[in-house]
Amino acid sequence: MAEMDTPPVNDVNICVATANGSGSASSNQILYKSVFKMGIPCSGKNLFPSNIQGLPTWYFIRASEKGYLGRKDAIDVMVLFNDDTLAADVKKVRAGGLILYDDSRPLPPALVRKDVSYIGVPAENLVKEHIKAPQLRAKQRNMVYVGAVGKLFGIPMGIMQEVLEDTFGNKPAVIESNLQCIELGYKHIEKLGTAQDVGFLKAVPNGNKHKIMTEGNTACAVGAIFGGATVVTWYPITPSSSLVEEMIERIPAFRRDEHGKNRYAIVQAEDELAAVSMLVGAGFAGARAMTSTAGPGLSLMQESIGLAYFVEVPGVIFVIQRGGPSTGLPTRTQQSDITLMHQGSHGDTRHIVLIPHDNSSAFDMAWQAFDVADRFQTPVFVMMDLDLGMNMSLSAPFAMPDRPFDRGKLLSEADIKAQGDKFSRYLDLDGDGIPQRTIPGNLHPAAAYFARGSGHDEQARYSEDHIVYRKLLERLRRKYETAREYVPKPIVYNGASTGMGLMSFGSSYEPTREARDIMATRGKAADHLLLRALPVNGDVRDFLASHKEIYLIEQNRDGQMTQILRDEFPEYAARIKPVCLFDGMPLAAGDIVESILGGN
Amino acid sequence: MTEAARLEPQVNHIHLAKKDYEGAESTMCKGCGHDAITASIITACYESSIDPRRVVKLSGIGCSSKTTNYFMNQSFGFNGTHGRMAALATGAGVANHHMLPIGVSGDGDTASIGLGNFAHMIRRNLRITYIVENNGVYGLTKGQFSATADKGSRAKKGWVNPWNAIDLASLAILMGATFVARSFSGDRKQLAPLVQAAMNHNGTAVLDVLSPCVTFNNHEGSTKSLKGIREMKDDLNEIDFIPEFEPIDVEYAPGKDLRVRMHDGGTVVLHKLKDHDPTDRVQAMSVVEQGMHEGKFVTGLIYIDETQPDFATQENVCDTPLSMLSEAELRPSAKDLALINESFMR
Repeated sequence: MAEMDTPPVNDVNICVATANGSGSASSNQILYKSVFKMGIPCSGKNLFPSNIQGLPTWYFIRASEKGYLGRKDAIDVMVLFNDDTLAADVKKVRAGGLILYDDSRPLPPALVRKDVSYIGVPAENLVKEHIKAPQLRAKQRNMVYVGAVGKLFGIPMGIMQEVLEDTFGNKPAVIESNLQCIELGYKHIEKLGTAQDVGFLKAVPNGNKHKIMTEGNTACAVGAIFGGATVVTWYPITPSSSLVEEMIERIPAFRRDEHGKNRYAIVQAEDELAAVSMLVGAGFAGARAMTSTAGPGLSLMQESIGLAYFVEVPGVIFVIQRGGPSTGLPTRTQQSDITLMHQGSHGDTRHIVLIPHDNSSAFDMAWQAFDVADRFQTPVFVMMDLDLGMNMSLSAPFAMPDRPFDRGKLLSEADIKAQGDKFSRYLDLDGDGIPQRTIPGNLHPAAAYFARGSGHDEQARYSEDHIVYRKLLERLRRKYETAREYVPKPIVYNGASTGMGLMSFGSSYEPTREARDIMATRGKAADHLLLRALPVNGDVRDFLASHKEIYLIEQNRDGQMTQILRDEFPEYAARIKPVCLFDGMPLAAGDIVESILGGN
Repeated sequence: MTEAARLEPQVNHIHLAKKDYEGAESTMCKGCGHDAITASIITACYESSIDPRRVVKLSGIGCSSKTTNYFMNQSFGFNGTHGRMAALATGAGVANHHMLPIGVSGDGDTASIGLGNFAHMIRRNLRITYIVENNGVYGLTKGQFSATADKGSRAKKGWVNPWNAIDLASLAILMGATFVARSFSGDRKQLAPLVQAAMNHNGTAVLDVLSPCVTFNNHEGSTKSLKGIREMKDDLNEIDFIPEFEPIDVEYAPGKDLRVRMHDGGTVVLHKLKDHDPTDRVQAMSVVEQGMHEGKFVTGLIYIDETQPDFATQENVCDTPLSMLSEAELRPSAKDLALINESFMR
């Protein structure tokens, strides 16, 4: 029944169906890391429920020698380890694919497809027989499929053992029991002598040598530490919680003084509005402050975001987007809070948004955001999403910041003295819209000012004067224009010369990159521009000017980024066609290609 | 005293005159209780020789919140959004715990829109002198009831308040406040030393100050009119505050008087008028409750606990304010980053 003479090597898409809370997170991690350790580019995406225990969850491991890390639609292998979803999961495998199931009990005949092959591993019986502690059996059962998949696809036992040791290094008992179960699965397949022809994994020497594997939230957490974050305020919310939790775990190692005191404070607030209000207070007082949230929290934060914008207080807000509106799909990914970040709060506002597209850029932008916030004295968003934030992926290693802290126009006592003992908080001395700033603790008699969210003049005095007010709003707009050329510029991948252009940002980048390659094989070559910040800058205008047919790939219903670009470049508005893929699944290249070229 | 000496402006311990504690001209209505509270804050900070440059003034939205502009021009100030002062102060306080925050709020700001932030600030024992200028009415929006308006109290428009009042003093004690006092804007002799004590308290000091709104809540039938407050005010104790740099030369009657040494120096001397021990939390709860039952506003120092660590202490923050730390103290090294990268290769 083999479809191909030679099964593909290092191009396999595995889906593992389990129940959440069953220990499958660990087993999937072992499997994913083993593929990484073999030197094969890979991503691991978790499709999980908003639930603690017992609901279905799917984990996608994609090994791709070509280095494509986006989700792939066609599933080559389904590990059928959740009885509740058997019927639906059986249908998800592509024709010619493979189903690995627990044959401790026979599979209902209705679930037997003729166009796929089935391999059984009696995981439940094996653990019942070999694992003494009954309470461990349910979790250990999942390790059995790790061994079975390993044997079927060619992951050496030694690699899986190494990964176990890396993962549970200080817990020998855990390593031993997990290893035992992996071996049970491995040896069972070995004994059966079963083979498959779906595909194989073959180690690539030094294949992932200059790569790291982590999650975007972790990258942001580490970046924020390197950016000098000192006041971290937050309220737990999926899918952003792991960002601050990573900071809680990691920051003590770097930020304890010689007396054992903390050079940071992490404050769990009573709600997101309190969290961002604390951030504004801390930013006003001069700390590098940050918070992290998701859509519902961002909605709640709007009032104080406007306050920070109008009072001109720096702060960094990480937004890990999920499916909205309202509670929406808390555990699915989307890019649907763009407008809320870009134009957050009432009145005329415009905010700076940095947009990472992988782990390495998430680290970069996390530390850079603190410089941008200080330089422009305004809240700065780092736009993430669940796919980037919570899924395992490869990237270049984090690069050490290439410049010192930029604290912007922050005046010391000596600075004020040097300029003739004068200081006006909101005076645009340099014509760039950015005024000078002082912080409490500056003891110069001219340093103090009275910040307020109400109308104010250049000396920070209360004012309802219509000219003063208009000038203030105009200056804030001027400041935003100054930021335009300061924030990260887009990256352009040219060379197609067909007049067709793709534009992507954030987690849409990786699948768009793959889609571009697929389109080229179908005779539809396109250029590609990766947006990395708002306000847009650099080559965006050129790209729009030089491409007649432009597809902007975004994960929301209404084309929120398209709207921003059409507003920025009305002369090219008609050229920009949004490709809106918003079902909450991590974006797959196939869906992009289908949207643009039509299915075939 | 020579003629020359008499002409010298009077200065305090740090050589500042009282006018150095003044701010912009008030825009409150004539006779507003809030102006009297501002005067007491000025007196308190002058008498205690507080360096205005060490003070951060914080407020929310409402008449009361405007008043931080009317004292201590040399201090940093932040007039934020409605109800969020407690959260702003929490951020500012942890960013620089060497500053002395004074928060001024109103009953709408604290008891309604900002109740959650208020409660959680207390729970954290943030170091702050938190003054609620409590008049039971929304002044800036012209006369609606606030959540501290008493049940049955009549508004200027004739409406009768059907809801129970939120009592901020008992709420503060319940939430774990370590310094709770109530006073009246018109009683500077009581209020100024309470502010002085609060400024030297290492934690959340809540001062619920009844402050009649002469424009919208000063009529017959209102329990927070000037007349109503005067009739219902019931003093627990007389208070003196002796700053650190002055000798304690007030009379001390054992059993009748109580001295509490404040965390940041200075001593509160209480002359008891009622049988109430303000270091006893249970008594503090019941004395306020009993007062409400009898239709009285219990005033004075209701509760004090100088032993609890403040928020910054509990957060274990380093001595240098977080806002003043240098890059060398904050950014890990390239070697640290290499180790992190390495951990992601396994």
